[in-house]
Amino acid sequence: MVVTFSFWTQNYLDLDTTFTLANYREAWTDPLYRELMLRSLRISVVVTVATVVLAFPIAYYVSFHVRNHKALWLFLITVPFWTSYLLRVFLWKVILGYNGVLNSALLGLGLIDEPLSFILYNANAVVITLAHAWAPFAILPIFVALERIDRSLLEAAKDLGDGPVRSFFRVTLPLAMPGVVAATIIVLIPTVGDYITPRLVGGTEGLMISNMIQVQFGKANNAPLGAALAVSSMFIVGGLSLMIFFATRKIGRGGAD
Amino acid sequence: MRDTENPQARTIIALNAVTKSFGAVQALKGITANIREGEFFSLLGPSGCGKTTLLRMIAGFDEPTTGTIAIDGKPMAGIAANHRPTNMVFQSYAIFPHLSVADNVGYGLKKRRLPKAEYRREVEQALEMVDLGGYGPRAAHTLSGGQRQRVALARALIMKPKVVLLDEPLSALDKKLRDQMQLELRQLQRSVGITFILVTHDQEEALIMSDRIAVMFDGQIEQLATPEDLYRRPVNQRVASFIGVMNFLGAQVSGSDENQVSLDVQALGRIDIPRAGLPEGMKPEDIHRVGVRPEMMTILIDSATTAERIIEGEVVETSYYGDMTYYAVRLIGLEEPVTISMRNTAGRAVLRPGEIARVGFATDSIILFR
Repeated sequence: MVVTFSFWTQNYLDLDTTFTLANYREAWTDPLYRELMLRSLRISVVVTVATVVLAFPIAYYVSFHVRNHKALWLFLITVPFWTSYLLRVFLWKVILGYNGVLNSALLGLGLIDEPLSFILYNANAVVITLAHAWAPFAILPIFVALERIDRSLLEAAKDLGDGPVRSFFRVTLPLAMPGVVAATIIVLIPTVGDYITPRLVGGTEGLMISNMIQVQFGKANNAPLGAALAVSSMFIVGGLSLMIFFATRKIGRGGAD
Repeated sequence: MRDTENPQARTIIALNAVTKSFGAVQALKGITANIREGEFFSLLGPSGCGKTTLLRMIAGFDEPTTGTIAIDGKPMAGIAANHRPTNMVFQSYAIFPHLSVADNVGYGLKKRRLPKAEYRREVEQALEMVDLGGYGPRAAHTLSGGQRQRVALARALIMKPKVVLLDEPLSALDKKLRDQMQLELRQLQRSVGITFILVTHDQEEALIMSDRIAVMFDGQIEQLATPEDLYRRPVNQRVASFIGVMNFLGAQVSGSDENQVSLDVQALGRIDIPRAGLPEGMKPEDIHRVGVRPEMMTILIDSATTAERIIEGEVVETSYYGDMTYYAVRLIGLEEPVTISMRNTAGRAVLRPGEIARVGFATDSIILFR
């Protein structure tokens, strides 16, 4: 339906159902939409990188250094999911706000003289909130990939002269790559289209493409344009995921030659 | 502990009172042994005897709780596996699945930063040594079990270690391939001249391949000897029944003088043993049992054939192996049947259960036990 809508035109209250590409022309040429799309991609790439980079050590720790209580650790990692997504976003608002937990604490400690304002209602806040929300989705696939590594391979690497750092980069990381790729795609795809977080903590400069799509369907009353934006962003995200997938496969194979 | 002395050989690994405890469990209870340069040495024992633990401590994956390990004269305490002159062939082979065969073999060489041409030549040589010439570009996961084993071996040998450690390397292979690899490994070890230490629970494998074998039970070395010594002169019943098949018969000393000891043996009757034939440290009154190997008894075909001593018995079971037949024979005056093996030479009929067998044996083939 969204795809069909995107080829129609809105005439105030009714829809003109003649086929047109005008919506796509507008979606791809208007600097506002382009800016929003690029910002969405930029934010979600930063979120993805931050999430995966932070998730890897956690997954590594649980997989390699936790001996008896792995299940408990995984359970604790998923605990934030027990509250609703909306509630968690609101909590970040409380933490990052002008009179929020973080600012009060820093003021109380005398580390800052006036509340920090760059942490809420902008892209930074969106990154922090999304990275926290998606962390378990990144930790779990990486953890599974690490668990599947035969520990005797690491002993073999050590036996053949590798110290811990070398064997990490020569054995552990390459073998964990499928998990890292999965985590990247799992986090990247939904964050590009995330709507609640930028709306609540993003202010005006943290708004993303999904907010614009919502505006088109709602206030602007231009569902076909909203549909065209939605389809366009789907294509971009899909293309990006495929690129990541094939790029890592090529790297994986390159290492084997 | 019996040890055949060979003063020419240098000690490459010296184990001195090595113990290892995991919590309250003592896995190794004081291992002392010298492994000689260039020999094929086996640690043989049932699972849980501590042989793998000992091998891992030599490799540097574990530290002894007490005692010392020295390799080539250098104490190894505190030296990690990546700095030891040993390389291991793992039971699972531990072939890196994301690398090609050549990259697996050259893994340890990469650190030495050799010129590219030299690196390639070394890898190719190592592959040829294990009959895998030209396999370099293949992906590791396309290899068969036997090929993986060879890659693991090439990967260890290319490092030119002082000692190669093999942790049950043949246990994952089928019998035919295993038999072939046993001989190949042995030949390879002779041609490179590197000390090999093999961990195995397969006594046949240890006998075929080793220069010397340490038989381990419950964290201790029970006997350290050449395969022949181990088979012919096992120090106790446990070793005797672990290496090959042994028939045990109760025995009592019926008299002794300065020249010989007379024994009254179940089913076999009176046997005189020269004093010199007693194992070191064994007194006549210590003897309570004797052992006879299955091939040391013969089933006589007709009444014309003779032996030093002949006893009659009934065949209880016949196991036909093609070249050999194993009989379970209940000798007169004995409850438990004894095992007798016979070569199936031309014209020799295989006896069926229920038939009466005349069993001959030589009295000097018996082994004395406490």
